Amino acid sequence: MDPTILIGSITLFVMSIFLGFELITKVPATLHTPLMSGANAISGISIVGALLGANVAYEGGDTVVSGILAFLALVLAMINVVGGFAVTNRMLNMIAGKKRGGQ
Amino acid sequence: MIDDQWVGLGYLLSATLFIFGLKRLSHPRTAPRGNQLGAMGMLVAVLTTVLQMELGDGIEGWILIGSGLLLGGLIGWVMAVRVEMTGMPEMVALFNGFGGAASALVALSESWKYIEDDTLEIPTGLELEVMVVAAGLSALVGWMTLTGSLLAMLKLKGGIEIFGKWIRTPTWGPSWLNPVKGLLFISTLVLIYMSIQEPTETDYLFAIIGISCILGILLVLPIGGADMPVVVSLLNSLSGIAAAFTGFIISNSVLIVAGSLVGASGLILTFIMCKAMNRELIDVLFKAFGGSDKEQLTRTKVGSDADEVAMMVDGAQKVIIVPGYGMAVSQCQHQVKEFADLVSEKFDTEVKYAIHPVAGRMPGHMNVLLAEANVPYDQLIEMDEINPEMPEADIALIIGANDTCNPAARTDEGPLAGMPIIDADMARTVVIIKRSLSVGYAGVDNDLFYMDKTMMLFGDGKKMMNELNAAVKEL
Repeated sequence: MDPTILIGSITLFVMSIFLGFELITKVPATLHTPLMSGANAISGISIVGALLGANVAYEGGDTVVSGILAFLALVLAMINVVGGFAVTNRMLNMIAGKKRGGQ
Repeated sequence: MIDDQWVGLGYLLSATLFIFGLKRLSHPRTAPRGNQLGAMGMLVAVLTTVLQMELGDGIEGWILIGSGLLLGGLIGWVMAVRVEMTGMPEMVALFNGFGGAASALVALSESWKYIEDDTLEIPTGLELEVMVVAAGLSALVGWMTLTGSLLAMLKLKGGIEIFGKWIRTPTWGPSWLNPVKGLLFISTLVLIYMSIQEPTETDYLFAIIGISCILGILLVLPIGGADMPVVVSLLNSLSGIAAAFTGFIISNSVLIVAGSLVGASGLILTFIMCKAMNRELIDVLFKAFGGSDKEQLTRTKVGSDADEVAMMVDGAQKVIIVPGYGMAVSQCQHQVKEFADLVSEKFDTEVKYAIHPVAGRMPGHMNVLLAEANVPYDQLIEMDEINPEMPEADIALIIGANDTCNPAARTDEGPLAGMPIIDADMARTVVIIKRSLSVGYAGVDNDLFYMDKTMMLFGDGKKMMNELNAAVKEL
């Protein structure tokens, strides 16, 4: 591996961590759970890795077990992504609905 | 199918959408939009990835990937639509565990390729080191997230039913457990270092997975139910970190960016939640809290009945309702709303709701439930604002809340010490609907129950509220 690629990745990693720290400063208690759930859905991004893995394993031919592992990862990541965003949406709709009712 | 530069741009777009999504999720007005932006970011990432793949040769590749997406999507959707509002925290914990497992599985799949297929050339030098270290860390964090989240889910539920027998989730954590955890953690790091020397040694791989699973369980086992939201939030942060490590294995920018964003913002959210409960993260994680040694009850209190309480309500000018987990369990938010409407129409009584930041099993739990019952938003008052009004209240009606209004929190001793509470004991009369005098999650007896001005209505929240409403109507 070219060391510059690694350095690039590490830079990305460190910068994103700083950005993540700065991104959220004050959150009202009502939104703690939706925010947690929404962020959780985003962490299902490993679906990208699962997709790539499932494809490579499929093409590789001899790599049945890694194919199965990647497929499992794909299913779990998809549950996390779809379920996570849907659950967050449901929670937020209730909170938003309450506001409309109050005004 | 598409060129590399487009892939890079697609991932950049996706990461940007995640950033805006997270930012907007932290403000009430923009939160629904934030969630949609996050979902769009995920769609862009998936589309970019699928378009980049060379699936042209046969239909099988498409079937494999399509069925995986469909199956997972369907399961996730059904689970999300069917879950009850009270079961929401468990669901978030479960999804979180799946996310962590997915990252760890991708890492395992990458390493397994080299074990399974001799023709693949094992990378050397820096590439090998990066791969093994990232795969090891991803496994450590990912498997830990899975087992920790599953246990957290069971703890939120309170137990599990095995062959028709209800088994309570245990809380156990002697102080010697902490060094054990440290030792297991270090041994995982040593195993990762050893697998750089022998990358195809499966024993190391399995050992790392096994120890990580145990670590996840040991991390959550000593933590009491009241602290569970904090733990789920921390595990959420960890699953982000696992995704970022997986990004290092396959040199994928969007995994690194999105994973570390979630890791960092999840950690901040964990601290914010700790602050709302007046707890330190270190105490939450390493000092067992509640559950294990509950105080023995020595005092008794005579219960009142609904008619008595209804007579008290007739003549009250201001009633403050303090909901807690009991309201969520019995699903009586509609009856509570009915009661509020009834007394404000019949006796012209002012009704407000006092919302403790951590009432229920997740922050915002009460807001969501009362919103479902169409309680006007301006009647839900946060703890800091309602407490000064408490002495003016004729009645504080506590429905299934315990620790969040336990005066023991004002003292310097015990597990509740220093936790901010609703000053329900300041009201002229306190009415408590609760199934028994038993202690709450913190395991501390509540003096509030035994005060002279307190009336206890022993029973299920929904049943008692119905009786109370009927009694008020009859007056």
